[in-house]
Amino acid sequence: MSAVIEELHHDGHHHGPDKGIMRWVFTTNHKDIGTLYLWFSFLMFLTGGVLALGIRAELFQPGLQIVQPELFNQLTTMHGLIMVFGAVMPAFVGLANWLIPMMIGAPDMALPRMNNYSFWILPFAFGMLLSTFFMDGGAPNYGWTFYAPLSTDYAPPSVTFFIFAVHMMGISSIMGSINVVVTILNMRAPGMTLMKMPLFVWTWFITAYLLIAVMPVLAGVVTMMLMDIHFGTAFFNAGGGGDPVLFQHVFWFFGHPEVYIMILPAFGVVSAIIPTFARKRLFGYDSMVYATASIAFLSFIVWAHHMFTVGIPLAGELYFMYATMLIAVPTGVKVFNWVATMWQGAMTFETPMLFAIAFVILFTIGGLSGLMLAIVPADFQYHDTYFVVAHFHYVLVPGSIFSIMAAVYYWIPKWTGNMYDETLGKTHFWLSFIGVNVTFFPQHFIGLAGMPRRIPDYALQFADWNMVSSCGAFLFGFSQLLFLFIVIKCIRGGKKATDQVWEGAHGLEWTIPSPAPYHTFTTPPTSMKEAHG
Amino acid sequence: MSAQDAYEEYYVPHNSKLPIFASFGIFLTLYGMGNMFNEMKAGVDSSFGELVFMTGSLVMGGTLFAWFSVVIKENQEKLYSNQMNRSFVWGMSWFIFSEVMFFAAFFGALFYVRVFVVDWIGGVGERGPSNMLWPEYQPHWPMLNTPDPIRFPGAADFVHWWPLPFVNTALLLTSSVTVTIAHHGINEGNRKKLVTWLGFTVVLGLIFLCVQAYEYYHAYTDLGLTLNAGIFGTTFFMLTGFHGAHVTLGTFMLAVMFFRALKGHFSKEDCFGFEAAVWYWHFVDVVWVGLFLFVYILGT
Repeated sequence: MSAVIEELHHDGHHHGPDKGIMRWVFTTNHKDIGTLYLWFSFLMFLTGGVLALGIRAELFQPGLQIVQPELFNQLTTMHGLIMVFGAVMPAFVGLANWLIPMMIGAPDMALPRMNNYSFWILPFAFGMLLSTFFMDGGAPNYGWTFYAPLSTDYAPPSVTFFIFAVHMMGISSIMGSINVVVTILNMRAPGMTLMKMPLFVWTWFITAYLLIAVMPVLAGVVTMMLMDIHFGTAFFNAGGGGDPVLFQHVFWFFGHPEVYIMILPAFGVVSAIIPTFARKRLFGYDSMVYATASIAFLSFIVWAHHMFTVGIPLAGELYFMYATMLIAVPTGVKVFNWVATMWQGAMTFETPMLFAIAFVILFTIGGLSGLMLAIVPADFQYHDTYFVVAHFHYVLVPGSIFSIMAAVYYWIPKWTGNMYDETLGKTHFWLSFIGVNVTFFPQHFIGLAGMPRRIPDYALQFADWNMVSSCGAFLFGFSQLLFLFIVIKCIRGGKKATDQVWEGAHGLEWTIPSPAPYHTFTTPPTSMKEAHG
Repeated sequence: MSAQDAYEEYYVPHNSKLPIFASFGIFLTLYGMGNMFNEMKAGVDSSFGELVFMTGSLVMGGTLFAWFSVVIKENQEKLYSNQMNRSFVWGMSWFIFSEVMFFAAFFGALFYVRVFVVDWIGGVGERGPSNMLWPEYQPHWPMLNTPDPIRFPGAADFVHWWPLPFVNTALLLTSSVTVTIAHHGINEGNRKKLVTWLGFTVVLGLIFLCVQAYEYYHAYTDLGLTLNAGIFGTTFFMLTGFHGAHVTLGTFMLAVMFFRALKGHFSKEDCFGFEAAVWYWHFVDVVWVGLFLFVYILGT
């Protein structure tokens, strides 16, 4: 993507990038692979976004205008799958690839060939998933959570390819995470002790652990589906002594840690950006590490809060309610620390900082609606309504996605050697900020009023706020074309970035030239005094 | 952490053609398998799926062979620093952890069915009253009769832990001992000891697989216990089947190490390929002990 300069050849092992397209296919370089992940993720973000706009266009007014219910179900399902597995997760893996070796003073990721493999599985997996739109019976239509028996007895034939696509994504994630864990455990420069690592590295370390622990469980649950569909097993069929609710238990044992997989690296990004633009050290570094680890631990023991209405025993409902509410404690520690970092700081509001502050505020809104959903009797009302949709879009869009955008603005001068256009960046921020809130805030109201999720048509009393929400969605969606323009403009040129880029930035990645040379830290750095973010 | 003065170059290959072939191979394999399954289910007579599947398997197999050959060759050429070797050690450990979690999903399904579903489906326990579909149904574990015997015909009997599973337990536990003796062979620089005991281990693995295959044959023909017999057949065949697949892979890995040992590879300082296979072998061994306990003894 960028005109990466070649480093001085002080020994025979320093190569610049190859010429031509095959550079990207054969590369083992963590920066190239990071770039591939980020562009792939952006492509999937636009694909999933187009599907979302299809949904919002249909919901602009009551009645069926644009798509039939069958296609509508495919749109919601594929939107969720593509955004979760194709947009958010690969974007964070891309950031991990670019940044972790530079942040810990490593020459590359620990297992470079496997790194390439982790990426190149993904285009094949999503090619297979998207091809289901053109198959008999259409694409998956059972929601991104693919509950049995909707996804087994009543699924279209394309479910087989959905299952194999998920297997491929899982293989990619597991290999990618093993690479991250091994890099962090084994490749740190001398003096970079664990408690000196930047928080982005810490949060990814914990995220990678979560991925290795739960992606195999996802592989397990889709394998059970495959066997139920094609080989007559009875996992999710009560007629054979199985239980459809078993599907939900296994799925959410994966699914809840998955939610934190999509937010913990975002915590790391925000913990890097806020200190830079507040020009203060991060408040409570140690407590941030422990809070992240606590959130990760709790994520394994709260899964059934997604299932309060399926009829689990009362003791189970109580346990999962209280365990879920416990997560608010370490999350509160994090929000407190971010605010305390900004407190009395010499703040400036460049684009990454705007996205980071919006993250803190809007993610907190999503967290608080999550607390409402955790209360069992309240959840009986909110379950499967637009309130749930509003809740998880608040943590995923102005949460995960905003943090990814913040990260791109924050580190793109290091990647390309050029500053992005600040005016355009701020315009992009405000358009996105307004678009997101106009889209998702009204969904709280229609959800509390009783509008169910995943339906193409609705009662008249929900019409006004749905129209508002659809307008916001189109504003947010088309604003992302501006983001694409800003990124391309920055790659092609602009004000030259200094090595440190940001006046308040600390950490090893800011000690190397901008743009970062093709190979960095082939011998480990000696000075760690800049290391502590 | 390597000390600064003792820094060795970390080997980063400039580029590699292997991963893209592996990506393409896994895609073809799974795409072909998907077509095979869907053709089978729809009753379509077509060899398209099989053809794609076979092609994919060949691409994948060839690529993996080439990939491991390259890594072994690079290791023989001493391109790998101690730090690089530690990366392999960590990588293999976390891979085995991911495998543990895969089995945990299936064990979890078994426990959930045993602890909750059996009662509830018979109308007993906290969720029992919610079962209104089969009021006459009397479940007990092992669940040889099912609520819906037309779709899930049930079985006449289950596989008793004695004699076959017990023999298999003995085989696998013995193989863990023999592979440890082989490891001692490396440490003592005694190649004959290494080759002999590693060969024994591979043979024990193969015998295990034969016994397991005979057990399946016995279950299908004599007991009527099949994959679609209901939840007992489901959990039994899926748990033991995935374990069997892992034993197959483990035996294959040990066989590769056997031929590498014949070629003179491995020394006390440099034998991680061997150790990785041994770790994997111990892992399938531990899973088997869990199976023997929860599927065969407590499960029946």
